[in-house]
Amino acid sequence: MSSFVSSPAARYRDGLRAAIPVAATVGFFGVSFGLVARAAGMGSLAPVILSATTFAGSAQFAISSILGASGGAAAAIAAAVLLNARYAPISISVAPLFRGSRLRRLFEAQLIVDESWALASRGGGRFERRILLGAGLLLYAAWLAGTTVGVVAGDNLGDPKDLGLDGAFPALFLALLAPQLRATRAAVAALVGGAIALVLIPITPAGVPIVAASAACLLGLRRRA
Amino acid sequence: MSTVWLVVLVVGLATIALKATGPVLLGGRELPDAVADVVALLAPVLLAALVVTQTVGGDGEVVLDARLAGVAAGAAAVALRAPLPVVVVAAAAATAIARLLF
Repeated sequence: MSSFVSSPAARYRDGLRAAIPVAATVGFFGVSFGLVARAAGMGSLAPVILSATTFAGSAQFAISSILGASGGAAAAIAAAVLLNARYAPISISVAPLFRGSRLRRLFEAQLIVDESWALASRGGGRFERRILLGAGLLLYAAWLAGTTVGVVAGDNLGDPKDLGLDGAFPALFLALLAPQLRATRAAVAALVGGAIALVLIPITPAGVPIVAASAACLLGLRRRA
Repeated sequence: MSTVWLVVLVVGLATIALKATGPVLLGGRELPDAVADVVALLAPVLLAALVVTQTVGGDGEVVLDARLAGVAAGAAAVALRAPLPVVVVAAAAATAIARLLF
């Protein structure tokens, strides 16, 4: 709760401090992506360019695994775009933070990634612009540097799963969700959204469950009690 | 153009456009109240969906594995009001240990 009473500068520092372990985790996954992508026959430059432009882990891992299995361009593109479709609702949720020219908004928007967005979330639909962009920049650098190390260094480095890093991300999102559940309508919407995602995991392609879950926010149309 | 570069180009452009959707189309203006009420719920809803898909999501199936232990440890750390970096480290450690044991 202290974050609500502290100064903007202190809140900004808190956000960036929390971003450091997250950036280390993201960097490790970047290394892993670089390794996997090169092993999948994507070469050295293409994985780095993909990290620089797409900057979204799950979609990039899907691409490398589909291309590695000779799955073809159409399948890789379809899977990656579905996985990244969540960035439409995610970016709409933070739209009011972006000001200035269209071109500036387009560039700044590229720093939106699950983790920077989650770290910037303050509940009640509020987001902290400086944390979104500050953490986004740190995570972008970590992802790009990690990918570069991965394609260059070869497989002398460990698997992030051995370090349990794949369990760190859902816990991070849970930690950032928890304080938002005090508001009843947010808790109900989160429960409905989570249930939609769970039901759809076995029956739809990856990516669809998250986008479909966002329909739960239509509960916001109910008149306030 | 090779398959790899075609994928990099198309997915890169598509993702740049997806991330720009809100900021470019709606940025710099106040949303009408009804829309703001709906958008305000996007954060909890999408966070919950991310928790679910990243905890038990697999290749077209629900997979129960070491990630569950990590999320449970993370939840315990959250309940104890641990700072965010502690939550992240506790979750990773619990996941790694569970994977080692089972």
